Amino acid sequence: MNAHNNLSRRSLLTGGLATGFLLAFHLPLRAAVNEPVQPRDTTEGKFAPNAFIRIDETGRTVLMMPQVEMGQGTYTSISAVLAEELDADWSKVEVQHAPPNDKLYGNPTFGLQVTGNSNSIRAWWLPLRQAGATARAMLVQAAASQWGVEPSSCTAAKGEVAHEASGRKLAYGALALAAQGQTPPKDVALKDPKDFVIIGQPLKRLDTPDKVNGKAVYGIDAILPGMKFATVAACPVFGGKVGKVDDSAAIKLPGVRKVVVLDDMVAVIGDHMWAAKQGLEALKIEWNEGPNAEITTKDIWDDLRKASQKDGAVAKSDGDIAKALASGDRFEAAYELPFLAHASMEPINATVHVRPDACEIWTGTQIMTRVQSEAAKAAGLPVDKVIVNNHLLGGGFGRKLEPDMVIAAVKIARQVDYPVKVVWTREEDIQHDVYRPVYRDQITASLVDGKVAGWKYKVAGSAVLARWLPPAFQKGIDIDAIDAAVDAPYDFANFHVEYVRAEPLSVPTGFWRGVGPNNNVFAVECAMDELARKAGKDPIEFRKSMLTKNPRMLAVLSQVAEKSGWGQKLPPRVGRGVCVQPSFASFIATVVEAEIDDIGEITLRRVTSVVDTGIAVNPDTVKAQIEGGLIFGLTAALYGEITIDKGRVQQSNFHDYRMMRINETPKIEVIVVKSGEAPGGIGEAGVNAGPPALRNAIYAATGVALRRLPIDRKLLAAGKKA
Amino acid sequence: MHMATTLTINGETKSFDAPPEMPLLWVLRDILGMTGTKFGCGIAQCGACTVHVDGKAVRSCVLPVSAVANRTVTTIEHVGSTPAGAKVQKAWLEAEVIQCGYCQSGQIMAAAALLAATPNPDDSDIDAAMAGNICRCGTYVRIREAIKHAANGRQS
Repeated sequence: MNAHNNLSRRSLLTGGLATGFLLAFHLPLRAAVNEPVQPRDTTEGKFAPNAFIRIDETGRTVLMMPQVEMGQGTYTSISAVLAEELDADWSKVEVQHAPPNDKLYGNPTFGLQVTGNSNSIRAWWLPLRQAGATARAMLVQAAASQWGVEPSSCTAAKGEVAHEASGRKLAYGALALAAQGQTPPKDVALKDPKDFVIIGQPLKRLDTPDKVNGKAVYGIDAILPGMKFATVAACPVFGGKVGKVDDSAAIKLPGVRKVVVLDDMVAVIGDHMWAAKQGLEALKIEWNEGPNAEITTKDIWDDLRKASQKDGAVAKSDGDIAKALASGDRFEAAYELPFLAHASMEPINATVHVRPDACEIWTGTQIMTRVQSEAAKAAGLPVDKVIVNNHLLGGGFGRKLEPDMVIAAVKIARQVDYPVKVVWTREEDIQHDVYRPVYRDQITASLVDGKVAGWKYKVAGSAVLARWLPPAFQKGIDIDAIDAAVDAPYDFANFHVEYVRAEPLSVPTGFWRGVGPNNNVFAVECAMDELARKAGKDPIEFRKSMLTKNPRMLAVLSQVAEKSGWGQKLPPRVGRGVCVQPSFASFIATVVEAEIDDIGEITLRRVTSVVDTGIAVNPDTVKAQIEGGLIFGLTAALYGEITIDKGRVQQSNFHDYRMMRINETPKIEVIVVKSGEAPGGIGEAGVNAGPPALRNAIYAATGVALRRLPIDRKLLAAGKKA
Repeated sequence: MHMATTLTINGETKSFDAPPEMPLLWVLRDILGMTGTKFGCGIAQCGACTVHVDGKAVRSCVLPVSAVANRTVTTIEHVGSTPAGAKVQKAWLEAEVIQCGYCQSGQIMAAAALLAATPNPDDSDIDAAMAGNICRCGTYVRIREAIKHAANGRQS
């Protein structure tokens, strides 16, 4: 049967770019020490041609950011895209967080104001260029009509319109009022990429100067007059509830103001976080742990392994897979990935003030409008009575695609009349996350004449999308879980992908940086290495022989071989491993070089990545995202695993949920290829690359074919063979 | 019990009421409103809360405020007024070290203390001084590079 459900992220595309006028909210990215967050400046922009651009009479150019800044550099890249077609003076560009409004700021891919899936630039590339070009045309029209000349005889550059024939010039600021009266043109021409003057330059980030001096304001830094501080303890067992709370000792502590008991958590409000923490420790809480109190990681894995034996929903099937697998040299393997916590450096938090007629929220979220609507439900208020002030995010990684922290903070704030800042301790943050699900990926393949003749790939795991965006879950297929399985880069004539939905007992699952491709790229690239060995071929040559129809991938793979010193002799127990990946519409090849000592400890020696992401809006940001993504992924491969016992998460803080540190970090070289193709995604791609490339380096160094993460050192001691 | 405490922070005298065992981190953030110093783990595992006490890098999340009563405290808001701190801040921006930035207050404080004590650190000096600071965005490669640039800037 040939069935190809043409499901892709692109099919989610809903809604277009809505334009319109909007009050120019002024929400500064910085705040003065010792002063509360400044109230909004509701002064209307003088020239506000759409939801994104504000130019006042002084030429101050404020760009409204539909996507949130969590370190990925999007404020600078989004600004560059707008400013390029606007021909703005880059040195005058300022950015502001946009308020929640799906119509104005909804990500064109999702129709929701969401930052995720490495698609800020991909989704906004054309709409924001059009927004910039339209505004520029209105400024040119205004100047032309003032001068009595044809707009086509005028040019614009660096925030000025010029009429070369007469030598006249007007700055955008001087044109702001007149431009506001112009009718926006319907069709505007976009620049030829060869004429870009901002895009592609190594731009200094707009958000970083205030990040070196303590002035940048994250959600956790919000300060309101009269504010109190709270911290929480949630039932340690998923799904459990609060039973009895004895707060007699806690309430007597100095600085403790109130104990708030919710359905599944208890909060203590105090004059500061310390008082709240002391108060929480002094509580005697009896939990009704409920039906999940005996669950262990083993139960979950037993379930998943059993579920993965079932036939799945067919996501893609090309050629005749049954026939292809019946011939040649057969290979079968299953790859298993653990639960992971996000552990953003900024623990989850929200500051909320519930007033009789409104609910105001200060936080850093990846989902502005969902936070607003969920807060409205929790506050018992209409959506338009909920004000969300977004902030810089101290890391997101998918954790802040969830509104749970805001919902809890609203419920707590409803109990008091002052603003309350609710901050989760690191322990609560790690033990009440929405975890990267466990996955089991089975690959069955056949080799004929040293090439893959048949490839059957079955992914089993949680359908995060079914919960997060139900309309996207169709025909039993989670398009995230199989994203890079159906988009495998290789030329496999007989190709079959299935998905089995298997929700882990009691453990909530969510998106985690790198998302679905994390499991797919790992399984595909591990299997490719094992198949190469079976075929007696060099891993890179083996891959190249099946990339003949994929020139961009072939090019980055050839380049990484050269740059990484592939093939050069290495000492014993040192290996190089490769990974190629098509994730997020970027083409990346990575080589990790690692040494494994006699007791199985791993030293990362060197990482080389070659990246073709199409047009790189800010090439240095592309490099930085790959460097950081590699470390994020390698951290998970080396250390990352959340385990469950008695229904509880066993890890609690950085001592038992380890992070890679600077002394473990290898040399990393990232080469960004010049390209004229449309931009791809970059924030998550590096995460995908690290684990399989490291695993393949270990395979090369030791002969041990690891099939689970995190890496089990016990299997790698000298003398062990897979 | 609460008691009146007086500290010298960033060259200014600050008086406030706080229990003596209260960690300096929460005094800075929640009493004095100095939010540049960050909460990351609360158990001195991540370094986000790093400040200088008499010029040395310490983890303010486990440092009782009573322990610094007669000491000089410098935070990220003021480290730019020290020669090493200013060089580090400049080098950080030149190398575009920062991503989300949440850990970087602590990274910069640790690096400034390192350079003040060891003007020309080698890789092992950098590892020893910086291994206590976690960066979840993975900016370590650039942190190392920026510390070396800052050190070279000092020489020239």
